[in-house]
Amino acid sequence: MTIDLTTVTKIAHLARLKVPDAEKQQVAGELNKILEWVAQLDEVDVSKVEPLTSVNDLALRWRDDVVSDGDKLTDVLANAPAKTADFFTVPKVVE
Amino acid sequence: MTKLTDLTMTAALAGLDKKDFTAVELTEAYIKSVAAARPLNAYLVETPDLARAQAKASDARRSKGDAKAMDGLPLGIKDLYCTKGVRTTAASKILDNFVPTYESTVTQKLFDDGCVMLGKLNLDEFAMGSANITSAFGDVISPWTGSDPANTNRKLVPGGSSGGSAAAVAARAAIAATGTDTGGSIRQPASFVGIVGIKPTYGLCSRYGIVAFASSLDQAGPMTRDVADAALMLRSMAGFDPKDSTSVNKAVPDYTQALGQSVKGLRIGIPKEYRLDGMPAEIDALWERGAAMLRDAGAEVVEVSLPHTKYSLPVYYIIAPAEASSNLARYDGVRFGLRVPGEGLAGMYENTRGQGFGKEVRRRILIGTYVLSAGYYDAYYLKAQKVRRCIRNDFDAAFQQVDAILTPTAPSTAFAIGEQQDDPIQMYLNDVFTVPVNLAGLPGMSVPAGLGSDGLPLGLQLIGRPFDEMTLFKVAHALEKAAGFNAKPPFCA
Repeated sequence: MTIDLTTVTKIAHLARLKVPDAEKQQVAGELNKILEWVAQLDEVDVSKVEPLTSVNDLALRWRDDVVSDGDKLTDVLANAPAKTADFFTVPKVVE
Repeated sequence: MTKLTDLTMTAALAGLDKKDFTAVELTEAYIKSVAAARPLNAYLVETPDLARAQAKASDARRSKGDAKAMDGLPLGIKDLYCTKGVRTTAASKILDNFVPTYESTVTQKLFDDGCVMLGKLNLDEFAMGSANITSAFGDVISPWTGSDPANTNRKLVPGGSSGGSAAAVAARAAIAATGTDTGGSIRQPASFVGIVGIKPTYGLCSRYGIVAFASSLDQAGPMTRDVADAALMLRSMAGFDPKDSTSVNKAVPDYTQALGQSVKGLRIGIPKEYRLDGMPAEIDALWERGAAMLRDAGAEVVEVSLPHTKYSLPVYYIIAPAEASSNLARYDGVRFGLRVPGEGLAGMYENTRGQGFGKEVRRRILIGTYVLSAGYYDAYYLKAQKVRRCIRNDFDAAFQQVDAILTPTAPSTAFAIGEQQDDPIQMYLNDVFTVPVNLAGLPGMSVPAGLGSDGLPLGLQLIGRPFDEMTLFKVAHALEKAAGFNAKPPFCA
């Protein structure tokens, strides 16, 4: 379960988060410490316990399948770091 | 005459009604305080012009006899709440330039009830922290210094993550403030600065428009100078919202009706597992005194057991980062927030997130990503969800025997900026008494109960049944009255 440099590189990639090579050793150390600490959960017998995903045990509400909001193009684009006409723009992805 | 900024909300409303002063005068007094409190770094954005306009409109309503429940009261808003047209950062560089085009439900409800906004309050980045030292815009400094000579030249933390809210309310730079609480972020700072803070039952206040951290745990709540003010403000903040799928459709009672009601016959539980090894004796003594006060007021105090308490923090530090890693995936440099160029689209994502998030946020995203990744999901995330149910079951069993539970809020008084910073786990331990309440989705409130030997405030926590805030307010009010806490921080704006 120990996190090595390869694992740090892998999860940093999964999280799309740049971790500079110089910091990877330290990050691995910190993550290992946290994982060792949470490992105490193995003491608990949960073989007959259902996971708790929602504290209020409510079924999700249904609503009519109709448009309830919209026509907010200006609002949606208002904070875009880069845009052209009515579109967000991103670095080129297709050559 | 009492200074305007020393009035509680209840007293200020009475003064406004009697025309002792106007909302504009009250707001001007607070605008001065906000400026005077700048050394605390509590506010990230000040909105004096907006506040003046809102105060003027409030006076107009009052003169027509149309005053609302909180009309003319100048609040600070934690900078995790989206405020239309006012920069909202979550104390992160990644949202440095973000100006929401919509209003959070809770702030809208407060404005609908007549509140004035003084500005946006500093916090730990994305509410991840217990000392307000992870903000991208600098640490918040507590208005307290205490009597310990070692602290005379040191700056103390106000707690976190709602550290700006706590500092501003204690230092009289806001009459009250909004906070949010994922693992203790309202209650622990309230305890550190000697104010009242309540984290309501999960589902009572809408999360719509509040920057998400861990969605199954996040709740909004008030931070105020006394219990009566918390009752008043929670009533305005609470209520069903179709825009939040976990909002619960229940009528909101008038919490102020609970104030002054007798606690005779109520059963108060003392969880034996909260007596930690190495806990300062004065915390234990304060807890004992709190129990005695409730006993004197007519409540019956009994021991209860919450056997899975020690697993709460490990469960929390799996579930909260897992949810955070998913929630924070939206910060990709495309639709809003910071963009840092990189090689191709993936390089842009990685650089934006690598440079936009601070250290603690990056650490939690990586942990969360790891515990959700293929091959580890069952061992960590699913396991944590199962132990989370054990923790909830413990509380359900305890509430078969008692009406409320009394515990310390935090295992210490405030510490100095710079302490507890080397080891993340040491910092996480601050929330040992508050985290179980979020995991179980229960209401919890911190009430100032005394000063430690270092002259710094200490709070006691009351925990209630789901949606039974009424009982919490009843007990909290009795505790507040008996404790008689009236210390003020040395720095008052």
